[in-house]
Amino acid sequence: MTTATTFPARAAGHWSFLVGGALTLALLIAAGVSLLWTPVSPYVIDVPNKLQLPSAQHWLGTDALGHDVFSMLLVGAQNSILVGVIAVSIGFSIGTTLGALAAARGGWLEEAVMRLSDFAFAFPAILTAIMLTALLGPGIVNSILAIGIFNIPIFARVTRGSAKAVWARDFVLAARAVGRDRFGITVTHVLPNVLSILIVQATIQFASAILWEAALSYLGLGTQPPQPSWGRMLNDAQAQLFQAPWLAIPPGLAIMLAVLGLNLLGDGLRDLLDPRLARRR
Amino acid sequence: MSKKAHVIAAALVFALLPAAAKAAKDTLVLGMALEPPGLDPTTGAAAAIGEVTQYNVYEGLTKIEEDGKVTPLLAQSWTVSPDQKTYTFKLQPGVKFQNGEPFTSADVKFTFERDAAADSTNKEKASVFAKIARIDTPDPLTVVLTLKEVNANLLFNLGEDTGAILEPKSAATDATHPVGTGPFAFADWVKGSSITLTKWPGYRAADKIKLDKVTFRFINDPAAQVAAVLAGDVDGFPRFGALDSLKQLQSDPRFTVAIGSTEGKTIVAINNKRKPFDDVRVRRALAYAIDRKAVIAGASNGLGVPIGSHYTPNDPGYIDLTGLYPYDPAKAKALLREAGVKTPLDVTLKLPPPPYAREGGQIVAAELAQVGINAKIENIEWAQWLDGVYKHKNYDLTIVSHVEPRDLAIYADPDFYYQYDSPKFRALMEAVNTAPDEAARLKALAAAQRQLAEDAVNVFLYVLPQVSVAKAELHGLWHNSPIFANDLSAVYWQ
Repeated sequence: MTTATTFPARAAGHWSFLVGGALTLALLIAAGVSLLWTPVSPYVIDVPNKLQLPSAQHWLGTDALGHDVFSMLLVGAQNSILVGVIAVSIGFSIGTTLGALAAARGGWLEEAVMRLSDFAFAFPAILTAIMLTALLGPGIVNSILAIGIFNIPIFARVTRGSAKAVWARDFVLAARAVGRDRFGITVTHVLPNVLSILIVQATIQFASAILWEAALSYLGLGTQPPQPSWGRMLNDAQAQLFQAPWLAIPPGLAIMLAVLGLNLLGDGLRDLLDPRLARRR
Repeated sequence: MSKKAHVIAAALVFALLPAAAKAAKDTLVLGMALEPPGLDPTTGAAAAIGEVTQYNVYEGLTKIEEDGKVTPLLAQSWTVSPDQKTYTFKLQPGVKFQNGEPFTSADVKFTFERDAAADSTNKEKASVFAKIARIDTPDPLTVVLTLKEVNANLLFNLGEDTGAILEPKSAATDATHPVGTGPFAFADWVKGSSITLTKWPGYRAADKIKLDKVTFRFINDPAAQVAAVLAGDVDGFPRFGALDSLKQLQSDPRFTVAIGSTEGKTIVAINNKRKPFDDVRVRRALAYAIDRKAVIAGASNGLGVPIGSHYTPNDPGYIDLTGLYPYDPAKAKALLREAGVKTPLDVTLKLPPPPYAREGGQIVAAELAQVGINAKIENIEWAQWLDGVYKHKNYDLTIVSHVEPRDLAIYADPDFYYQYDSPKFRALMEAVNTAPDEAARLKALAAAQRQLAEDAVNVFLYVLPQVSVAKAELHGLWHNSPIFANDLSAVYWQ
């Protein structure tokens, strides 16, 4: 039996894939909806109506400047997805290229790529990101860059490790025996065989990117006002902890559910896409 | 054995309880937002230094009272020559420094010469100490200051923390271990947490000092400030930052909340040399575009007095210029058109950490957007502000509060970070300094204020309020801040 015909059937019975998928879909829908419509513009400042409890007009209340919290939450989802997609794309494209190159060439190139990624791993991720944004100046572009750069060694390692295993397989040996060059083998044999692992990794890195963006914005280094961001909403809520404790709940819950959803989705995908696990079932 | 030990321990606890309750009446824990970088106000510029040391550890020749009046302190009395260039001070006799050295006119001469020296980093060096031509000490209790030019604010300046009198032998180490003539002596500094002062028994009026030990605790985060006050970790917070929680504290009988004023002139500072802000019409457009009331409501919980120039209603000679640029977005747009500014105009708005900047900045940006100015907000830390904005003048707009009192003179410096270069204003300041009498001086001050407003050098927003929160039994804390100080000599528990 082939994976293609059984994938939907197996997916339907995989609870973490389903829950993760549903949460991720909710994130995408929130961002999509906010592109077209929000209950109130999240940029409208309405000081007389600040720190209000949830009401029919303001579904999740208002913050210290009278911004509508629900609208900010929706637009904040856009922000999280934007950061996640671009940062992971940077890491994915450069990291995978480097990893595949290292596995294909071996020798000093492999050593160099791997030692460089060791070097990058030696610094805690969030500290590196803080240092980069502090150096380049705060802002969404720089925080995307910082998170993206940190993703590069992760993808390089994963790609190189799994590609190495593929290079040792018989069909690759056969391809080499008939004289295919290393580039051709990498494109036609190695990459398709490591793609599922990379997709799983990308999903999990997406979750981390959202978390890092929230952390950077919380520290004031990420997204700058008035652009709504979940991390900055949390920071603003912290200042109002004694007057409006409910303000911290929506952004906190949003970050948690988005990260949880993507992690569950990644877990589910790993189970479903891994051919060895599939065969065992 | 253990039972017996418990009984003894319990007895000890009960024996100690009344003593502990009594002791609580003469100790005080005060909250402060920022920790001072050192404790020598004559070398460091941070306002937090004076909050700890001024009138507590160090004293000056004069004292600035809570209402801004100048009274004698280390100087008993003084006379001023008719040309206002020679000041003769009679010093308090019998005063000692906390290290036992007697206080004489030589200490005054030493301190002021140190403040004026080439390597001095006193922030009032140029405006006060470098303008002293000669210091004479005819006897140990007389000091004669001869000025190069008239400084009508001299007596006030000498009461600021930058005019603190130091003792020659200990001056070099004052930044870490301050020694002065004040009622409290330095005891301990736990970096990052607190500074403790204790009552100095050698003070000339030690019997009038009610407190035995004062601890300053540094709590920057507004939410943590509320928590510390509610939990009773601090007895008072003279410059409380969490303005949104005032309602809750005001309704709590355990605390008294007092709202006073400071000298903090909160402004949207404009880089006058950057295009298009070098055009006065554009700067006026900014002034018309910003609604002070909305900023005060959003950034300061509705507390704060609007101002129309770089001067507060507490200062002598204040004139109300808030009506010069009423909130009028249509007029702002017209002015921008007239100046040939293409909208949307992209500018940056750099915001240091205090809420007046971070929250006020969002309101200012939203209001500027209404007239076609797209102000991109950049939240920055104080270090970046001091280096990038203040020192290197690398900014378009920023929001900041100038807490130094009566500091109109900064606008006479074309190199100051606003880069406002006006010979006309310099002439007006000259007239202020050389005015023959008080009436002429006030007239010149009014003209100087008006000039700044007409040139719309900056957008003048409001005077920062001083909100102090204290336990209801605590009395004597300042409710207004003519200067940044916590005068503890009159503070007591009831």
